Amino acid sequence: MNVELSRRAFLQTAGAGLAGTTLGAFGFADIEAAHAAAIRSFKLANTTETRNTCPYCSVACGIILYSKGDLRKGEKADITHIEGDTDHPTNRGTLCPKGSALLGFVKSPTRLQHPMVRKPGSDKFEPISWEDALGRIARLMKDDRDKNFVARNNDGVTVNRWITTGFLAASASTNETAFATYKVVRSAGMLVFDNQARV
Amino acid sequence: MTNSWTDIRNTDLVVIMGGNAAEAHPCGFKWVTEAKANRGAKLIVIDPRFTRSASVSDLYAPIRQGTDIAFLLGLINYCIQKDKVQWDYVKAFTNAAYVVKQGFTYQDGLFSGYDEAKRDYDKSSWDYDIGPDGFAVVDETLANPRCVWNLLKKHVAVYTPEMVERICGTPKDRFLKVAAMVAETSSPTKAMTSMYALGWTQHSKGSQNIRAMAMLQLVLGNIGIRGGGMNALRGHSNIQGLTDLGLMSNLLPGYLTLPTQKEPDLAAYMSTRGFKPLRPNQLSYWQNYKKFFVSFQKSMWGSAATPENDFAYDYLPKLDLPGYDLLRAFELMHQGKVNGYFCQGFNPLQAAPNKKKVIESLSKLKFLVIMDPLDTETGRFWENHGPYNDVDPSQIQTEVYQLPSTCFAEDDGSLVNSGRWLQWHWAGGTPPGKAKRDTWIMAQLYLHLKELYTKEGGAFPDPIIKLNWPYADPGDPKAEELAQEINGRALARVTDTADPTKVLAEAGKLLPAFAALRDDGSTACGCWIYSGCFNENGNNMARRDTTDPDDAGFYSKWAFSWPANRRILYNRASADRTGKPWDPSRKVIAWDGQKWSGYDVPDIAPTAKPDQVGPFIMNPEGVSRLFTRGMMRDGPFPAHYEPFESPIVNPVAPKVRGNPAARVFEGDMAQFAEAASKEFPYAATSYRLTEHFHFWTKHVIVNAVMQPEFFVEISEQLAAEKGIVKGGWVRVWSKRGSVVAKAMVTKRIKPLICDGKTIHIVGIPLHWGFTGAAKKGFGPNMLTPFVGDANIETPEYKAFLVNIEPAPGPAA
Repeated sequence: MNVELSRRAFLQTAGAGLAGTTLGAFGFADIEAAHAAAIRSFKLANTTETRNTCPYCSVACGIILYSKGDLRKGEKADITHIEGDTDHPTNRGTLCPKGSALLGFVKSPTRLQHPMVRKPGSDKFEPISWEDALGRIARLMKDDRDKNFVARNNDGVTVNRWITTGFLAASASTNETAFATYKVVRSAGMLVFDNQARV
Repeated sequence: MTNSWTDIRNTDLVVIMGGNAAEAHPCGFKWVTEAKANRGAKLIVIDPRFTRSASVSDLYAPIRQGTDIAFLLGLINYCIQKDKVQWDYVKAFTNAAYVVKQGFTYQDGLFSGYDEAKRDYDKSSWDYDIGPDGFAVVDETLANPRCVWNLLKKHVAVYTPEMVERICGTPKDRFLKVAAMVAETSSPTKAMTSMYALGWTQHSKGSQNIRAMAMLQLVLGNIGIRGGGMNALRGHSNIQGLTDLGLMSNLLPGYLTLPTQKEPDLAAYMSTRGFKPLRPNQLSYWQNYKKFFVSFQKSMWGSAATPENDFAYDYLPKLDLPGYDLLRAFELMHQGKVNGYFCQGFNPLQAAPNKKKVIESLSKLKFLVIMDPLDTETGRFWENHGPYNDVDPSQIQTEVYQLPSTCFAEDDGSLVNSGRWLQWHWAGGTPPGKAKRDTWIMAQLYLHLKELYTKEGGAFPDPIIKLNWPYADPGDPKAEELAQEINGRALARVTDTADPTKVLAEAGKLLPAFAALRDDGSTACGCWIYSGCFNENGNNMARRDTTDPDDAGFYSKWAFSWPANRRILYNRASADRTGKPWDPSRKVIAWDGQKWSGYDVPDIAPTAKPDQVGPFIMNPEGVSRLFTRGMMRDGPFPAHYEPFESPIVNPVAPKVRGNPAARVFEGDMAQFAEAASKEFPYAATSYRLTEHFHFWTKHVIVNAVMQPEFFVEISEQLAAEKGIVKGGWVRVWSKRGSVVAKAMVTKRIKPLICDGKTIHIVGIPLHWGFTGAAKKGFGPNMLTPFVGDANIETPEYKAFLVNIEPAPGPAA
């Protein structure tokens, strides 16, 4: 299978290929050009394609993201369409009722946009800057760790553990996120550490 | 999965039990359809509900939830009684001939060594006889009454078709039809595949459910072959990866284990991880454990991990308990012993059992940090949502941070599918608002913490300050950098141990594969089983070559599968003792007199002689285990235990309640309904719908429109008995909580007769909450019990007791 034939290249040429058709054979060459000019190009032809995989179940169907704008050129990219990747050996282009509606996940009105804080006893979230949120969380972590870190157990064995703060990791984050998370959590000595695998 | 999604095309018989692939894994299920259409494969579905998987099956058998072991041991018993055993496979590739120690017994539902007060076993009698040569004693004739085969035969004898019907509610004739079809795959030229999911794991004996089927597959000779295997259909897109990378209390990446406080130094740690072969000539691959461990420590702490300091052994925390899993975390929180908690892409308020206890627990935290692309219920546990979250915010002192993260479409990196394929994906969109990648968030948190420790000092700052953080931009590590770190790098020149003139990797270069790992500190590798994923050939996870010789289903040049790009685990077992494929039309690899080769990367040393080295190279035996020694907490064989909340008393072990080795916290036992409870007479189970994915897609308008509202599913018989009408409101309650739902009265669920008693089943789907686009609704976790599997603590979501009655609708 030729994986290099891009869907977009195919769409771009599809509108201007009348030379070998019946009209061309009858010698209406000018009409062909005029006809081609009159056809509006496919919307997808103006988009950037990116290969991705569905974030839901473990079949991990191949998908193609279509965006206006190209991240690789440093542009802002707005995803306008998502569909199955026909080259993918597992799903061969098909998607289920969940995967078919993935664009709605990316664009969900309940996507989080800004860091927020809910203060003790409050009944609302309030915006906070990333810097303030991270600084405060690191402070809370350090104070709790310094206060409750167990360097040695009752038998004098070095145990270097911290069990008063815990971390629950994800189920759909990348391996690379997972490894970065592992390094940060374990180096702090945390043992209350789990992920969605057993739930 | 031992095999892959695309390999299902090669099967003759699919058994879906403990899952519902047609609805939960629709695009993977298509390979079942392919096998049916192209090679006449058959599909059997065994489930309490007549699911959409069942609707396209050749044979459907109903079963009461929580009784799978009785059914599966019934199948093993049938195969033994009818001599439907792949004998050459069983004799050569399993521990059937191994002789078990005197002292091992099983009686009245308990194995030898039980301590009721501790709810635990002394497992010392669950082992082989070891001979004077230091190897396990075997009796190839299987005549010894204490060999594994004879003990197994005796152990499963009670699970007759009549007993299966009595326990499971599966009519005997239906069970026998299933058994006959399954038994046919004992032929060396027939394959059966097992496709299972949370329907097996979410029980207090979930691990043993899976073991029971694995044992059946070994008796039938279906492991290691094309179209066979044990195929866990993982629930989420990277649950496999998160587990492989060891993001659990007691794990290090690549299924290494965290030290306990009984192991004060590296020598003590390694003393129980030697994996000496139990039979002559066996590879016992875990003998390389120290190479994997030291390379991991070097990837964590770089030059601070030296031979002199046991490679920074003290930088790792030491466990005092088997593990701090999710249930224990919430139990400790409930006791006020946890102050801070992070939830990264996980919504435990909806996902954990006994929601009331979870709310109380979260309310005792000093701080909670949410990292998520979506507005989760957990982030708003302190907010009042009427009956759906009935709390008083002014009484909750928890400081909550809600940090917006990117979603899949805005992030690069790899995910591991159920078939162990690491597939790379690329970001295609700009994140909304100020949302950030998780790698950025973790790096920033780390740098803030490191700065505080550098400035102020504090409790043992070394592992934090000296953490290896070698990224071009320390505040924003790139996915490629992390992937290379996971793959591993040579820190000094690495040469072939057999031929020192042959250089495997020069210093600084990426390692070709895990065979290059060393235990002297000359290699660093984040996760040994992934080594090879990103080497000097480039990012192998991003490969997109769809070549598949002879349409065999391997796609070996597509992405990268762990370990070593192997697509079928245990594939050495696809060939007989001489190295010839059991079924030439189903060849995976073969022995040519000198070496192994074929479609797949051999799961054996390439020159290992077939008549000497066993195919199960990770086991010190070299063979697979029908009897699992002391490796599982609740027994070396599976046995039928009722769920902790059960509509009948256990017919084979009336005195035993639930799984006798499952951990139960004080206070939770009192919240379980008694067996055969009159107050809670109905057997409830939770499940998922094809239109929704957990608690995510209720945030997607399309899916919220397709399945807008919480409901419970009951039979026409139960509806008639209770005066419940289709579409009417009902109240469902357990000993832990109460929900109100619309009633869906269906023919898909039918009452079962178990132990002479009519058992009604109540199905409770789980996708609703109080955030997102769908209507607000309760989930099953208002009702579910707070107890987990004896081995890995997966909560028992699939089997509990409730009552039900017609109810007025919720106040508008």
